Amino acid sequence: MPELEVKGKKLKLDEDGFLQDWEEWDEEVAEALAKDTRFGPAIELTEEHWKIIKYIREYFLKYGVAPPIRMLVKFCKKEVNPNCDLQYIYKLFPQGPAKDACRIAGLPKPTGCV
Amino acid sequence: MPVVDGVELPETPLLDELEKGPWPSFVKEIKRAAIEQEKAMKAGKKIKLPGSAKGLLKVLELAYKEKRTHWKHGGIVSVIGYGGGVIGRYCDLEDKVPEVWHFHTIRVNMPAGWFYTTKALRALCDAWEKWGSGLTNFHGSTGDIILLGTRTEHLQPMANALAYLDKFYGSPAPFDIGGSGSDLRTPSCCMGPSLCEFACYDTLKACYEFTMRYQNELHRPMWPYKFKIKCAGCPNDCIASKARADFAIIGTWKDEIQIDQEAVREYAKVIDIEEHVVKKCPTKAISWDGKELKIDNKNCIRCMHCINVMPKALKPGKERGATILIGGKAPFVDGAIIGWVAVPFIPENELIEKCCEILEAIWEWWDEEGKFRERVGELIWRKGMDEFLKVIGQKADVRMVYAPRNNPFIFWRELNP
Ligand code: HEM
Ligand code: HEM
Ligand code: SF4
Ligand code: SF4
Repeated sequence: MPELEVKGKKLKLDEDGFLQDWEEWDEEVAEALAKDTRFGPAIELTEEHWKIIKYIREYFLKYGVAPPIRMLVKFCKKEVNPNCDLQYIYKLFPQGPAKDACRIAGLPKPTGCV
Repeated sequence: MPVVDGVELPETPLLDELEKGPWPSFVKEIKRAAIEQEKAMKAGKKIKLPGSAKGLLKVLELAYKEKRTHWKHGGIVSVIGYGGGVIGRYCDLEDKVPEVWHFHTIRVNMPAGWFYTTKALRALCDAWEKWGSGLTNFHGSTGDIILLGTRTEHLQPMANALAYLDKFYGSPAPFDIGGSGSDLRTPSCCMGPSLCEFACYDTLKACYEFTMRYQNELHRPMWPYKFKIKCAGCPNDCIASKARADFAIIGTWKDEIQIDQEAVREYAKVIDIEEHVVKKCPTKAISWDGKELKIDNKNCIRCMHCINVMPKALKPGKERGATILIGGKAPFVDGAIIGWVAVPFIPENELIEKCCEILEAIWEWWDEEGKFRERVGELIWRKGMDEFLKVIGQKADVRMVYAPRNNPFIFWRELNP
């Protein structure tokens, strides 16, 4: 399984680049996850990115799951940018909220059913 | 090791059983793909996943032997700008069969009615031979073309190849990725007026319009769960939309079945109309005196039987349009649901616009009220049909009854005493 080195510590990732242990996350880890090109293009984290990452992280710590997309979009419209819609979020996180935003926020891999 | 066409295949005694018998066999096809892959390699073609079809045989054989799957649950992969359409799949035999450690699936939006030229098919296969296992499934249950098995790093190049399939692979048109996850799944339709005289509206046009208009909903999952639209041209419903689509648009007519009495008399020479048509009408709406066929159209439930038996003599009426059925789905949270009537009739010329209006109202309501993994049919069951009717701006109608009550205290009057 892939690993990610942050501050000399080797963190375990899964095949899709999600942290194996969500408790190991901090802001430096987020920066490293965003720069990791093994699981998608590198993302330069701006203030807008951080607002979204922190919202997702806090929601997860409170409820144990990632927020529904509808709530994420509502939050972004209110707190990030009044023009924000789902496409705007894809501009910030090109591979989408699950693969990029949740991964960088250090959430365990969302269980997906296709 | 068995050698076929100069290619060594892995030992697969259990899988070989599935090649026996006269029917098609997926094992036969995977073996063919393994041989093709090896030939392509020997011919010097640059293919990215040599040996993946062989690897698949090994993993499958092992799964049959041990009676357990070696595919892991879940996986989140993506291409830029898309949240759906590529499905992550990993095998737990990373060391033993590294060729199929990653085995992701790509769904490709099929053309309306599944019409292709061989040029388009060749282009698709050439691109997939290069970037993936070369294995395909035409088509998956939602209707998409399924490309089976590639690695994470080849997903984006394959998506690009699809987008430029016309430029670089000689396809008449490029292709796009389809839907997966909690998004609008790739809309599908029957071949409709392109080949079928029963079509009561242009299913291909409707399907295309929905696909183009709802690109955002199709590619970027945002809802509680999946949503499927299927367009069937008449009540024969060849695409089984009523059982498989949350929103089924089924062609129908309002006026009278068109009858060519001369042609009916021709049929009378070769079939027993009384036995095969009159008696088989579920509502006993047909009579035949040996010269003239009469249909009591008020009691006809548009089952299509008489038209299917005598297509040269009978045709759907002239006032055409479609019925919208809501809520169809396979079992998951609640059991399987067959769709039921949400809008009894929309005339053909208003159909697409009206459907879009209703779809958007439904999505807004369902996205706000629906629980995680709750399909729209289940939400209606939870909230009640009256609330749903307010959402779509319809009045209650007797045709919307899900199933007539089976009640021992009421005895239905014989229809034809
Ligand atoms: C204030 C007294 C009562 C009220 C408010 C009441 C209410 C109801 C309601 C709301 C239904 C359902 C109707 C439907 O499914 O559409 C029902 C059905 C029924 N009630 Fe009553 N009921 C009362 C008294 C009784 C009594 C005293 C009996 C028998 C001795 C009775 C026997 C039944 C039966 C057998 C049914 C089933 C009818 C069917 O399935 O069609 N009810 N009742
Ligand atoms: C030998 C005696 C009885 C027989 C054979 C009988 C039979 C039935 C049958 C066949 C049904 C319809 C079930 C269905 O909807 O599929 C029914 C429903 C009902 N029966 Fe009885 N019943 C008997 C006694 C009673 C008694 C004594 C009461 C009340 C004191 C009663 C109250 C009801 C009610 C309220 C329903 C409606 C239940 C519902 O639809 O939810 N029954 N009964
Ligand atoms: S559903 Fe009706 S219109 Fe469509 S192909 Fe079948 S018979 Fe023809
Ligand atoms: S379509 Fe079906 S219900 Fe209508 S007249 Fe023909 S057989 Fe009877």
